Amino acid sequence: MSTVNIKINGTDYEVPAGSTILEAARLANIDIPTLCYLKDVNEIGACRMCVVEVKGARTLVTACVYPVNEGMEVFTNTPKVIASRRRNLQLLLSNHDRKCLSCVRSGNCELQQLCREYGIEDEAFYDGERPHYELDDSAPHMIRDNNKCILCRRCSAVCEKVQGIGVIGPNERGFATNIGSAFNMGLGSTSCVSCGQCINVCPTGALYEKDHTQQIFDAIADPEKIVIVQSAPSVRAGLGEEFGLPIGTGVEGKMAAAMRRLGFDKVFDTNFSADLTIMEEANELLDRVNNGGVLPLITSCSPGWIKYCEHYHPDMLDHISTCKSPQQMMGAVIKTYYAEKNNIDPKKIVSVSIMPCTAKKFEIGRPDQSAAGVPDVDIAITTRELARMIKKQGIDFLNLPDEKFDDPLGRSTGAAVIFGATGGVMEAALRTAYFALTNTELEGDAINFKQVRGTDGIKEATINVNGMDINIAVASGLKNANEILRRVKSGEANYHFIEIMCCPGGCVNGGGQPQQPASVRNFVDIKALRAKALYDYDEAYELRRSHNNPDIQKLYDEYFEKPNSHKAHEILHTSYVKRTVNGN
Amino acid sequence: MYRSQVLICGGTGCTSSGSKVLIDTLKEELKKNDLDKEIEIVVTGCHGLCEKGPIVIVQPDNIFYSNVKKEDIPLIVSEHLLKGRVVTSLVYEEMVTDNGLKPLRDTNFYKHQTRVALRNCGVINPESIDEYIGTGGYEALGKVLTEMTPDEVIQVVLDSGLRGRGGAGFPTGLKWKFASGNRGNVQKYVCCNADEGDPGAFMDRSVLEGDPHAVLEAMAIAGYAIGADQGYIYVRAEYPIAVARLEIALKQAREYGLLGKDIFGTGFNFDIELRLGSGAFVCGEETALMTSIEGNRGEPRPRPPFPAVKGLFESPTILNNVETYANIAQIILKGADWFASMGTEKSKGTKVFALGGKITNTGLVEIPMGTPLRTVIEDIGGGVPNGKKFKAVQTGGPSGGCIPAEHIDIPIDYENLASIGSIVGSGGMIVMDEDNCMVDIAKFFLEFTCDESCGKCTPCRVGTKRMLEILEKITSGKGTLEDIDKLEELAAFIKDNALCGLGQTAPNPILSTLKFFRDEYIAHVVDKKCPAGVCKDLLQYKIVADKCKGCTLCAKNCPANAITGTVKEPHVIDPDKCIKCGVCMSNCKFGAIVKE
Amino acid sequence: MKSLEELKAIRDKMQGQLDLRAAQEGKIRVVVGMATCGIASGARPVLNKLAEEVANKGLKDVVVTQTGCIGLCQYEPMVEVLEPGKEKVTYIKMDPEKAARVVEEHLKGGKPVAEYTLNQTNL
Repeated sequence: MSTVNIKINGTDYEVPAGSTILEAARLANIDIPTLCYLKDVNEIGACRMCVVEVKGARTLVTACVYPVNEGMEVFTNTPKVIASRRRNLQLLLSNHDRKCLSCVRSGNCELQQLCREYGIEDEAFYDGERPHYELDDSAPHMIRDNNKCILCRRCSAVCEKVQGIGVIGPNERGFATNIGSAFNMGLGSTSCVSCGQCINVCPTGALYEKDHTQQIFDAIADPEKIVIVQSAPSVRAGLGEEFGLPIGTGVEGKMAAAMRRLGFDKVFDTNFSADLTIMEEANELLDRVNNGGVLPLITSCSPGWIKYCEHYHPDMLDHISTCKSPQQMMGAVIKTYYAEKNNIDPKKIVSVSIMPCTAKKFEIGRPDQSAAGVPDVDIAITTRELARMIKKQGIDFLNLPDEKFDDPLGRSTGAAVIFGATGGVMEAALRTAYFALTNTELEGDAINFKQVRGTDGIKEATINVNGMDINIAVASGLKNANEILRRVKSGEANYHFIEIMCCPGGCVNGGGQPQQPASVRNFVDIKALRAKALYDYDEAYELRRSHNNPDIQKLYDEYFEKPNSHKAHEILHTSYVKRTVNGN
Repeated sequence: MYRSQVLICGGTGCTSSGSKVLIDTLKEELKKNDLDKEIEIVVTGCHGLCEKGPIVIVQPDNIFYSNVKKEDIPLIVSEHLLKGRVVTSLVYEEMVTDNGLKPLRDTNFYKHQTRVALRNCGVINPESIDEYIGTGGYEALGKVLTEMTPDEVIQVVLDSGLRGRGGAGFPTGLKWKFASGNRGNVQKYVCCNADEGDPGAFMDRSVLEGDPHAVLEAMAIAGYAIGADQGYIYVRAEYPIAVARLEIALKQAREYGLLGKDIFGTGFNFDIELRLGSGAFVCGEETALMTSIEGNRGEPRPRPPFPAVKGLFESPTILNNVETYANIAQIILKGADWFASMGTEKSKGTKVFALGGKITNTGLVEIPMGTPLRTVIEDIGGGVPNGKKFKAVQTGGPSGGCIPAEHIDIPIDYENLASIGSIVGSGGMIVMDEDNCMVDIAKFFLEFTCDESCGKCTPCRVGTKRMLEILEKITSGKGTLEDIDKLEELAAFIKDNALCGLGQTAPNPILSTLKFFRDEYIAHVVDKKCPAGVCKDLLQYKIVADKCKGCTLCAKNCPANAITGTVKEPHVIDPDKCIKCGVCMSNCKFGAIVKE
Repeated sequence: MKSLEELKAIRDKMQGQLDLRAAQEGKIRVVVGMATCGIASGARPVLNKLAEEVANKGLKDVVVTQTGCIGLCQYEPMVEVLEPGKEKVTYIKMDPEKAARVVEEHLKGGKPVAEYTLNQTNL
C-alpha cells in the first residue's frame, strides 16, 4: 500500500494514499466531527461540520471527502476551525425545533452531542424565520418530522444508494429545502418498503418509528387480556447497546427476564417459529425442485423485501415462498395451536412481537395474516421500543438474571438464531434440506456453511448434496436484491434458492435496531459484530438443526401433521399482492 | 445577387422591442417596391446597443438606424433603399454630425470596443452556416485537425493567456491540459456552460443568438485537444432564441459533416447534444451543471475530484463558458500572440460586459482587458443620466462586489477588480448613482442568492437567509451596531465555509458595501436614516408649511387618507397612516413636500 | 463535406454577400444617383448591373452604393467613382452595358472609360 506523508496539527504522519483527511486524522487519533458523512453512502460534504484548515487552501475544506496528498499540512482545531463549527451549529439550531427534553433522540442525538461538545450556549443566536412542517405520519411504521431535520441527507442517500428506492429526497431549494417524497406525497402513498434504514442513520429526532409501547402497557394492565410476547433472533444481539453494552453483546437471557418483568403473560421466542419456517420452506423448496415448480425459490421472512418485490418486481411474486415470516407464523401458532391447547379464546390474546424491524409494523396489517380470524400479531415494536419500555418501568436491565423463554414456544435451535444475519436462513435451510435429501445429519464443521456467511451484499455458491448441485444466492440490501433479480431475469444465473433480506447485513442491522452515531458507523462494521453474537449463540445452542427441535416435532405430531400439509398451508402460509411503483 | 443588405437584429433585446414586425413589414415594402430581388434582409444577432433597439443597418452604406418603428420602414425603403437618400432623422444620433454622418465605428459607444467574441454578432445571419463559413468559420477546426497535434492546440490556448470568461478566470489552456491525459483510452466530455444566470448579464445569450457556430467549432477543437468525442451544451430554457439557433446550427453542422464522424476525413469524431436547464442559478456552477446533465437535482459536489479528473458521468470533462469558446477559433487562426497582444499582463484579450443600471447606453460592450472603468462608464456608457452623480458600479453580479466612484480609473482586469474586493465575473456591470442605497443593493443581491441557494450546505442554505434577515432588519430601521458586526462575521464565515462558488461568493456584495459604504449602514442603524432615500421604513414624507399653499391636491390624491388640512392652510401628513408611496410629492406643484 | 477545399468553396461563394458588410474605408466607392430623376431615366438596372459585375469579378475593394440626386438631371443615369487619393470620375447617361464596361476597364483595369465621362465640353 502506498503512503503519503502529511502533517496534522504540526505532527508528521504517514498515512495510506487515497485516505481522506478524516480517515487520516482518525489514524492519528484525532476526532473530527461530522454530521452528514456516511462512509460509502453519503459523501457529499454538505453539513460543513468537518471543516479543517489546509495550508494553502483558499477556504476551509471538508475533511470527510478531501483526499490527503504528499506534504499536506492540516490543522483540525485552530480557533478559526472551532469558530466555524460553532457558527455552523448555531445556524443549524436556528432552523431546528429545539424541543429536546422529550425528544425521542435526546441523549443519543448527534446534533445535541456536538452542541454540548462545542458549548453552544446561545442556541438562539441566529434565530429567525423557521418554517413549520406538518408531521408525516402516513406510513404505518414511522413518522417524519422535518422540523427536526438538519438536511444532512443521510436518509435519502441510504434510501437511494443502499436500498435503490429513493422515495425520499430533497424538495424545494435554498432555505425552503426539505426532505420529502415526490410531489409531497405522504410516505404512506409511496413505494416506501418500511425498512427504516433512514431512521437508523438519522442523526436527530427527525425520523423515528411509530411508538406502540403504550398499547402494550394498556393491554398488560387489562385483566381481560392475555398478552403474549415473542422476540426475534436479532433483538438479543442489539438490545444490549441501548444499555451501554458493547456492540455485539448477546443478551438473550436478560431480555427474556426483562420481558417477563414487564408483565407479559408468556414470553416466547421467534426463534421457535424460525425453526418452523425452515421446516415449511425447506420442504417447499424440495417440492418445487422435485415437482417442477417455479424456481428459484426466494425466502419470504423479510417484509421489506416482500413489499419491494410487490412494488418493483411484481412479475417475480411466484418465486417467493408462500411461508409466512417467522413473526407471523408465531402469531398464527399462538392464536391457533396454543390457544386451542390451553383453551383460550384467541380474541382475548394480545400477540406482541419485538422486532429489529420497522417493516414488521407494516406486515402485521397485511391481508391473509389472520389464521384464527383475528390478526396473527396485534402489536409489533422495535428493539428500541422494548428498551424504552424497560427503562420506563425502571428495570435494571444490566443486573437482571439470565432467564429462559417459556414453553412450549420458547425452545429453538442454532439454525433459528442465525436468521438474523444475512445468509442465516439459507444456512438453516441447507442443514435441514441436507437431512431431507440424504437422511443423514451434517456433522462437525460441515454444518457451518461458511460460503453464505459474512456481510457481503451478494453471495453465491453451489452446494453439492448427494450428487445434486444446488445453486444458491444470498442478497441483503435491496439494491443487491435488485441485482440478483436482474441476474435471474436475464438468465445470467441459474439459482435454485435465494435468500433475500431487505436490510444490509440482514435483520441484525434492521431499521428497528439501536441507533449508532455516524462516528461509530463510519469506522466499525456494526452488522458484522452483531452477526457474530448470533453465530456464537448457534455454536452454543444444544440443538443446531431446525428439524431436531423436539417442540417443532411435537407441533407437527399434535397439530400440523407434516410440513406443507393442508392445515399448515391454511395457518402458516400467505399470499402476495401486485403493486405499482409509488402506488398501492 | 443582391446589391444591398438590410441587417435587422433578431436578438432577444431587439425582438422584444419589436424587430419581428419590422422584418415582416420590410419584406412587404421591398416587394411592393419591386426591390426584393435587389435587396436582401439578413436577420442577425445582437449589436450590443440594445438601448437603441430595434436596430436596422443598411449595407454597404453602413447606416445604423436606431429605435426603428414599423411606421418608419416605408420611408427607409422609398428614400434610402430606392433613392439612396439616407433618412437622417432615423439614424442613430451619435452618427449625425454637422458635417454629415460619421462612421458607426467612430461613435463613442463603439470606438473603444474591440469585438473578438462578438465579432460576428450583428454581422452575420446566425441561422446560416454558409455565412459563418464565409467569415472564415470552421477553418480553425480544419486547421487543428489537419495541421496541429492536440498538444499543439493546447499550447496555443495556453500561450494566448485566455482565461475562463464565466467568472473564475481560470486559464483555459491549463484546464484543457489537465484533462488531456490518456487520450483515446477513456471516455471524456467537452461541456459548454450556457447557463448564464447573473441578473442583467446576457453576453453568452448574445453569442449563442448571434454566432452559434463559433461555440460549436470551439467545442470540437476542445474535443480534439483533450481527446473527447462528445460535447454537451447546457443552456437555459429561458433562452428560447438561443436554443432554437443552437438547434439549427447543430443540424447544419451535422449536415455538412462538421460535427459527427470522421470530420474533414481525419478520423476525428465529435458530436454535441443540448441540455436545457430550467433556470437554477446554481447550475452555472460546474459540478452542479454536470450533476444536472446527468439527470439529477442540480447541486454542486465537493472538489476534488475536479472535473478534469472525474466530471460528467464520472469521466474527465472540461467545461468552458460560451464567451470563452467564442474566442477559440480566432486564437487558432490569428495565433496566440495576436490574442496575447490585447489586454494586461495577466488578463489577456477582450471581455464582454453587460452594462446596465443608471447608465445612458445600456447594452453589451466588448473591451480589451485593462480598459479603465471610466472609459466604460463615461465614454461607452455615456455616463449617468439625468445629471445624477455616479456612485458605484457593481461588477460580477451577485457574486461580485461594488467599485466606488473613487476607483473609477481602475483598469478592468481580473487582478485589479479582485484587489478591491470585486470580480470580473461573467461580466455584469450595474451602474449606481446617488439615488441608490448601498444597503438596499446588498439586500437585492442577497435576496437573489438566498433564493437561488440549492440548499445543500448549511452555510449557504441557512447562512444566506440569516444575512438577508439582518439586512432586512437594518433597512427597516430596527438594526443595531451589533447587527452589523454579526452580519460581517457571518459573511466571513460563509465565504470560508460554503460548499461551492455560489455560497462562497454570496457574501461579497455585503462585504464590499461594508468596506466602501459602511457609513450608510451606520446611518441606517444609528441615525435611522437611509441617506439615499430608498429604504421606505426609514423615510418620512413631510409638508414644509412655508411652501404649502393649501391647494389640497396632495390630500385628494393620497391613497391612504394620510393628509389633512383645510383649503389655503398648510396641510399635514400623518406618519402613522402614510404608506410612503410618494404620490403627494410627485403631485405637489410647489415643492412643499420633502422626504427625509 | 470531407475536405478543406469544400469549406473554401463555400467561403468563396459567400464572399460577395459578406463583403457588403465589411469595413468600407479605403475602398473604391461607386455611387449611383437614384433620385426620382435617376430612377426614371433607368438608374436601377445600372445599379444592379454594377453590383452584379463587381461581385462576379470578385472586386473586394469596390463598394457599389447609391445616393440621391447628383444635380444634373439631364445626364442621368449618372455614376460616380470615388477612389481614395484620386480625382472623382463621373459617368453620365449610363446603361447596363456601359456599366459592365466601366467595371471591366475602370474598376478592374484601373483605366477610366473616358468616352462615358462627364467633361467640361459637354456642359
